[in-house]
Amino acid sequence: MSIEVRNLSKRFNGFQAVKDTNLKLESGSLTALLGPSGSGKSTLLRMIAGLEVPDTGAIHLTGREATHVSAKERNVGFVFQHYALFKHMTVFENIAFGLRVRKQKESEILERVYELLSLIQLTGYDKRFPAQLSGGQRQRVAVARALAPRPEVLLLDEPFGALDAKVREELREWILKLHEESHVTTLFVTHDQQEALEVASRILIMNHGAIEQDGTPIEIFDKPASHFIAQFVGETNYIDTEVSEKGLAVWGPFRFPVNPTLPLKQKIRIYFRPNDVYMTAQFETLQVRARIAKARFKGTIIEYKLDIGEDKHISAQIPKGVALASGFKDGQEVYAAITAFHVFPIES
Amino acid sequence: MKLKSTGVLPGFGLTMGFTVTYLCLIVLIPLGALILKATSLSWGQFLDTVTSPRVLASYRLSFGAAFIGALINSIFGFMVAWVLVRYEFPGKRLVDAMVDLPFALPTAVAGIALTALYTTNGWLGRWLEPLGIHVAFTPLGVIVAVTFIGLPFVVRTLQPVLESLDPEMEKAAVSLGANRWYTLSRVVFPSLVPAWITGFSLAFARAVGEYGSVIFISGNMPMKTEIAPLLIITKLEQYDYAGATAIAVVMLVVSFFLLLGVNWLQARTGRHRAT
Ligand SMILES: Nc1ncnc2c1ncn2[C@@H]1O[C@H](COP(=O)(O)OP(=O)(O)O)[C@@H](O)[C@H]1O
Repeated sequence: MSIEVRNLSKRFNGFQAVKDTNLKLESGSLTALLGPSGSGKSTLLRMIAGLEVPDTGAIHLTGREATHVSAKERNVGFVFQHYALFKHMTVFENIAFGLRVRKQKESEILERVYELLSLIQLTGYDKRFPAQLSGGQRQRVAVARALAPRPEVLLLDEPFGALDAKVREELREWILKLHEESHVTTLFVTHDQQEALEVASRILIMNHGAIEQDGTPIEIFDKPASHFIAQFVGETNYIDTEVSEKGLAVWGPFRFPVNPTLPLKQKIRIYFRPNDVYMTAQFETLQVRARIAKARFKGTIIEYKLDIGEDKHISAQIPKGVALASGFKDGQEVYAAITAFHVFPIES
Repeated sequence: MKLKSTGVLPGFGLTMGFTVTYLCLIVLIPLGALILKATSLSWGQFLDTVTSPRVLASYRLSFGAAFIGALINSIFGFMVAWVLVRYEFPGKRLVDAMVDLPFALPTAVAGIALTALYTTNGWLGRWLEPLGIHVAFTPLGVIVAVTFIGLPFVVRTLQPVLESLDPEMEKAAVSLGANRWYTLSRVVFPSLVPAWITGFSLAFARAVGEYGSVIFISGNMPMKTEIAPLLIITKLEQYDYAGATAIAVVMLVVSFFLLLGVNWLQARTGRHRAT
């Protein structure tokens, strides 16, 4: 089932939580809705599920207008961050809830619940209460509960937000596998970019109630559409300077070719990722001289703070193997070039 | 009830010892004395006293009215708690404070006020009597009085539980297709059952022992509107201490088993809390 949202807006006592948002998800896709907390992700998700009523705009599910259709008829599964399991019901009854609401036959309910229990690898846990499960198990039960009535759309609101890193990792893999098997159209909210980049085939980035970019993980990472996204996704250096000649900006010893249509003296901010800094011990072409001010070990990479003179610093990241082979050490003279960067004008 | 001594929390021995001693001093010894006093009657005299028609009628009234009153409070107390927790309205704090009035008011005052309201010329009695509804000086009056004094128990036990109820749980039910009524009956009510039972039993226990507010409105007609506590007082005034304690012992035993039953019910419905 495809999801289409048109000009959706929602206000809470004067606060614009979602403004004029459009999005379109293909049937069977797995999409992440990424953004800082408070950007309106949950509100958008809840409106799609029918848990929140939009002020204006329309929601279409499989081409059908569904803006004012009840949650039941939307046939959407929803998973909450804090599980929201029914505490007084067993795992079995939790999963069966949506089926009982639909007055399915007892034999069908039994079959479906056991099928789901085996899917979430909790066979034999049917008689337990939620309080007797770990966080990861609870969330799997919540997913099973949402999937039980065979929804055409699965919406997950920060599904792994309350879990520790290891369990998150496992559940991520599991959701991916689940999606590959079931092909239910899935939209999940996260504020963790790593999660979005790893799991989703498409990412929507939300900021201040609006979707700022919509693209594949690679597009989002390599072609940020705005200041906000350049800063928000991945690590980045940014420097403020201005256009000094037609098509050229200068910052310290670095020279950046910029869009020649930018007017002279235009204030700009240039973003470049630490791993797009090419750093060597010997001078190669087009590099500038720098000095290693400080090295920081970050697991598989080493991050160097480079002093490039005039009290200016940038950070560079080198894979650990390369860094060790080159024998970089604090205080050493090195040569650096910036191989990829993004320029955004600063509105004054 | 489980004796649990292997917890990580220290001080089990001390607190348990204190609890037992305290309960003995405050509850068990006086109750023991009561039973002892009753044994000054022979078994035959005891049975005669507690099965005399007048005493049986008073038991029926006391327990019956208490039960009905607690039932009424369970329903309306829930509504009051629900409104107080779920809605914002002007004067909410005032209503919230008013719930405790039956606690604070001397019960005799409550009894006099209720009687004044419901007599033939009272503000309410004036309208009810022509409809054939007699409240003052009837068993109905007893029910009204014990309902009045029992209300805070249900409201105050349900309120915190309702407040702590995860609103997402109801949203989850809605997202699974449940309508409002289904969500209430399958998700909200069951979560409240243990607290509800507590509120009910507190209101019930209070109503069984209630004296001050009831004796004014009931009219105290033997066999009709005479409650058991009043009968006990009557016997005491006639220096029939043994007879008074005999009536009391039966009330005690019945109440004890009722509360035991309630406890058991509560343990069953609260199962999911076990970890
Ligand atoms: N029911 C509500 N009442 C009032 N404000 C709300 C409500 N739900 C969300 N908001 C506000 O809307 C904004 C967006 O919230 P939300 O959609 O939860 O963001 P996100 O999921 O991106 O963290 C927040 O500032 C939040 O305070």
